[in-house]
Amino acid sequence: MAAKFQPGDRVRVRVGSPPGHFRTPAYIQGKSGVIEALHGAFANPESLALGGDGRPSQFLYQVRFEQTHLWPRYPNSLQDKLLIDIYEHWLESA
Amino acid sequence: MQRRVHDRGGWPDAGPIDRVEHVYTMWERQTDAIRGVLGGKGLLRTDELRRAIESIEPCRYEQLRYYERWLVAIEALLIEKGLLTREEIDRKMEEWVTCRS
Repeated sequence: MAAKFQPGDRVRVRVGSPPGHFRTPAYIQGKSGVIEALHGAFANPESLALGGDGRPSQFLYQVRFEQTHLWPRYPNSLQDKLLIDIYEHWLESA
Repeated sequence: MQRRVHDRGGWPDAGPIDRVEHVYTMWERQTDAIRGVLGGKGLLRTDELRRAIESIEPCRYEQLRYYERWLVAIEALLIEKGLLTREEIDRKMEEWVTCRS
């Protein structure tokens, strides 16, 4: 299966709190960013955490966010970015 | 969204991070070793350990130190997987305490 997003695409992080384990912290949920890179496809950690086989595997992206977008009173440079790895099923087009 | 206890990014009262390195104690090394052995044998996955740590009741989570959370989580997973029973663990602990006193 092909990756849904390409570097440069604008995405929004889904909001959710599924039971078990997930790797999308609360502070990033609902925020918009830009795909910086595609790391490849990996076993889904949410499945592995519950004893599953990790399939279907999920594409993992490095996503770029403006720090000022994440933190209302961000005290440092307006140019600062956050780079964070997010799995595809947590992303939607923005 | 329901923010869980381990999900600390941006907590307003989180305070500064203690960056001081400390020497690992023997029990911390042993905890790491147990995890390594179980992982090597394919009995415990990193994501399972994370899930078990993140499932610790929030009040207790706050009271436990880093490797104590590992211990609690490893114990819960061993029982969940049927590798040990609660009774076996308790019996061994009792033997140990008796021997050492």
